[in-house]
Amino acid sequence: MTFALKFVAASILAASATGAFAQKGETVKIGWLDPLSGLMASVGTNQLKTFQFFAEEFNKKNAAGVKFEIIGIDNKLSPQETTSALRSAQDQGARYIVQGNGSGPALAIIDAVEKNNARNPGKELLYLNYAAVDPDLTNSKCSYWQYRFDADTSMKMEALTTYMKDQSEIKKVYLINQNYSHGQQVSKFAKENLKTKRPDIQVVGDDLHPLAQVRDFSPYIAKIKASGADSVITGNWGSDLALLIKAANDSGLNVKFYTYYAVTTGTPTAMGAASDGKVYQVGYAHYNMGGEMKKYADDFKAKFNDDLYTTDIYTVFQALTEAFVKAKSTDPVKVAAAMEGMKFKSFNGDVELRKADHQIQQGLYIAKWEKASAKYPYSPENTGYTLAPVKYYEAYVSSTPTTCQMKRP
Amino acid sequence: MNVEFFVISLLNGVSYGLLLFMLSSGLTLIFSMMGVLNFAHTSFYMVGAYLAYTLSGIVGFWPALVLAPLLVGVMGAAFERYSLRRVHKFGHVPELLVTFGLSYLILEVVQLVWGRSTVPYGLPEQLQGPLFTIYGTQFPKSRSFIMLVALLMLVSVWLLLTRTRIGLVIQAALKHPEMVESLGHNVPRIFMLVFGGGAALAGLAGVIGGNTYVTEPAMAASVGSIIFVVVVVGGMGSLAGAFLASLLIGVVQTFAVAMDQSLATALQAVGVAVTEQTYGYELLKLTISQVAPILPYLFLVLILIFRPKGLLGTRED
Repeated sequence: MTFALKFVAASILAASATGAFAQKGETVKIGWLDPLSGLMASVGTNQLKTFQFFAEEFNKKNAAGVKFEIIGIDNKLSPQETTSALRSAQDQGARYIVQGNGSGPALAIIDAVEKNNARNPGKELLYLNYAAVDPDLTNSKCSYWQYRFDADTSMKMEALTTYMKDQSEIKKVYLINQNYSHGQQVSKFAKENLKTKRPDIQVVGDDLHPLAQVRDFSPYIAKIKASGADSVITGNWGSDLALLIKAANDSGLNVKFYTYYAVTTGTPTAMGAASDGKVYQVGYAHYNMGGEMKKYADDFKAKFNDDLYTTDIYTVFQALTEAFVKAKSTDPVKVAAAMEGMKFKSFNGDVELRKADHQIQQGLYIAKWEKASAKYPYSPENTGYTLAPVKYYEAYVSSTPTTCQMKRP
Repeated sequence: MNVEFFVISLLNGVSYGLLLFMLSSGLTLIFSMMGVLNFAHTSFYMVGAYLAYTLSGIVGFWPALVLAPLLVGVMGAAFERYSLRRVHKFGHVPELLVTFGLSYLILEVVQLVWGRSTVPYGLPEQLQGPLFTIYGTQFPKSRSFIMLVALLMLVSVWLLLTRTRIGLVIQAALKHPEMVESLGHNVPRIFMLVFGGGAALAGLAGVIGGNTYVTEPAMAASVGSIIFVVVVVGGMGSLAGAFLASLLIGVVQTFAVAMDQSLATALQAVGVAVTEQTYGYELLKLTISQVAPILPYLFLVLILIFRPKGLLGTRED
């Protein structure tokens, strides 16, 4: 009996001695679940390429010494399809799930991951949300098993309205958004923030249209024109933004657009010269970040003839490797614990994965669509135009409180 | 609602309505003649757009405008000749099923050839930019072009059907195929021509609709159900009815987007107090703009209940 005890103790010691770099050489499979078909396919395709691109870059050299492998599955932008896609990714050995397009699928993932982790100890999953920005996901519906790397709607609106507050020419604002959680939240926070920051601004319209279905926005543009608005706030992304701006430029509508996602595929082309100085975007980055990211963007363009715009994917890989080193493991349970409150330096400055709700805290930029220049040279979709930063807000400006009551395992 | 908004919305609605007419005219011809509800009709619309995208990269947009509908027409005729005609003798249900299957087949083939994403099928130089400016709003050339092509098509189809010999035979075969056959006309060949012609019209709509709107694999499904509404509302087999119904639906859908009135505001206007506590408030507060997408289907149901033969239809069955 004593021998057995000693043997166990010795093996534990031996295991922990070699365990210092236990994760070295391991392959980390990441299940990517986003649309590869339908109107939003171009956005999804670009982001899958971004994941593969950064996986390759990190495989060359990373502190944890692991290999990343991306398993891309089309979720057709539908919550139902997402659940089966998740199962399929799991069957192929993925313990990390990434998704970003649409808060509906994001919620489906949180739900599925919660259930899985409660029922299958030892086979836990960790969800890294790189773009689904519904504030509920880190508030009333928050989960220990989710980390979000994009700023949520309330944070972006905080920064955007802080900027709009100082633009005295804004008198009448029109809100047009996609009719699902994200769009509804944009509309809600825009109204709330404008009311406190600029009570003199009139909200002259508040439209919700179906997600990824509208092919012709000209009826909406006629409505915006008739309302007499001078500015439009929209959380639209992908084709819904590209077609909206296309229709606006076709009809010669002269308003300023305050957007969340002017970088998404197709929108730069739709903006072109006609939107010069008329489109603003709030985000954690812009095209001309310089440094390391400039090299990545140029490599990405050379390789895929496409633009690198979902740059927080870089932050996802960075957070993973840092956490692997810290936890000395690639086990999602240990990694999730290691990520709590983790602070590190990303391409856009110091960031923190806030412990209370697992929402990243990072600075936000307001950028304006204008002619590419020597200072801001990057030209997306070869338009000759670029998004030039006009204002930077530190993380604390846009930070919003959370109501998350997290259940920790 | 001011004059400016009214004029612009009317123009938008009419141009969309005319595109719907281009699609539904072929469908209604095929249905009235052969009794076949062609579920694959909008698939020909999609194929037209994709073919035009590829062809305009090779020979330019204007030749593609002619070539793509012709190719689609040949495909339609071949489908009628080698597939539909064979199942014709088994009755209407197999015919319906075979076109249903074809729509899936075309969708998968299109996705295999051109991918699942949108293709960058853009407008040619000559059609870019505004045609005219009205009350400070520009009206794009591309939309005007849709209207022009649709009207030209309407006139030529009408001339073909009423002023030519083949048109008279088609009209006769529409009503009394056996009689026409016993007079020595090759009715199956007429069927093939009509089917091919209908597909070509859908293809033409695709060529100009694809670059004005978006060319992607869901484009067929997006108009698939609405053109059945057009055909039913207009009256089965009536070209004039399809024309009227397309315009009606185009204009109604465009204007509905602008209406922010709801049942709640209507009740409040007549003095009924409606608050968030009122029973069914969630339903009452839905605005017309929010229910705009279902209006055509509501219309369809109402027509089927109160006037089953459609606005200008002649059949009672």
